[in-house]
Amino acid sequence: MTDRVGIVILSHSPDVARGTADMVRQMVGCDVPLSFCGGNPDGGLGTSVEKILKAIDEAWSDKGVAILVDLGGAETNSEMAIEMLDPDRQARVVVCNAPIVEGAVMAATEAWGGASLEDVRRTAEELSPP
Amino acid sequence: MIPDLKTLIEAVAATISAHAEELTALDSAIGDADHGLNMKRGFDAVLAEIGNITAKPLPEALRAVGMALVMKVGGASGPLYGTLFMSLGKELPADPALPDMAKALKSAIAAVKQRGKADFGNKTMLDVLGPVSDLLANGKASLAGIRAKAKASAEATIPMKAIRGRASFLGERSIGHMDPGARSSELMIEAICDVVEERV
Repeated sequence: MTDRVGIVILSHSPDVARGTADMVRQMVGCDVPLSFCGGNPDGGLGTSVEKILKAIDEAWSDKGVAILVDLGGAETNSEMAIEMLDPDRQARVVVCNAPIVEGAVMAATEAWGGASLEDVRRTAEELSPP
Repeated sequence: MIPDLKTLIEAVAATISAHAEELTALDSAIGDADHGLNMKRGFDAVLAEIGNITAKPLPEALRAVGMALVMKVGGASGPLYGTLFMSLGKELPADPALPDMAKALKSAIAAVKQRGKADFGNKTMLDVLGPVSDLLANGKASLAGIRAKAKASAEATIPMKAIRGRASFLGERSIGHMDPGARSSELMIEAICDVVEERV
């Protein structure tokens, strides 16, 4: 299933990440490649580059992957993870500047309809005030 | 003139470990109360690989330190300090002289600025690294001068208003607290000065 953009949900809290993914699956279904991760390498609150790389791989689509994040460190760690991908994958992963729960549902809805990575990102980011 | 890398890394790791609670307390005032714990986890991971790391030539060794921090810290300070060490590794020759170090630090700081989308005066680690780098660049800095600059620069973050990072959510309320990243940078610089001093 690589004809739809993949979605990665990344929270400092593993519970928030899992719960957000549950909402996406219930509202959008299972046709969109979806993965989630959260928590630091010890399982406490935080984010982990290693887990992000794994999540990107799980949600991989040739159309690209959109990452939804909660707070600052999640964004910095995502950008670090993207730089560590193979060069041909780097340009096809974006971090969305959007609220994590609403953004994930909107992005997944747009992805389900076959939208491009840029359109998926734009739809999610419309939720953020300019 | 340059002390061995193992001694330097162990000294930096030891000071981070010894001050982990203090760093976390600073972070609980204006951030998310994990800076000390995160940095300790990162340097514990570095120490766990110290044999492998120090068997490499200096540039690769510094890159390996950076990579361990990126993978294990678990907060924004992982990519930030990770980028600092990885850039130092990229910039330094295998057997650097002082001017090489000043130049490499300047480039590494530019990389950290880019990674954190931050600038000097934003109440971050850059506010210690920047002034110390400037002092190194003039080529006449004494160890005592570097130490004093690091300490004064960390203290100078107290009245700053945070522009980047979690503390920026607090706006004006971030004023009056030392930035935890500035303090951890100060601690690392002091630890390096300690090691160099013993060797001189």
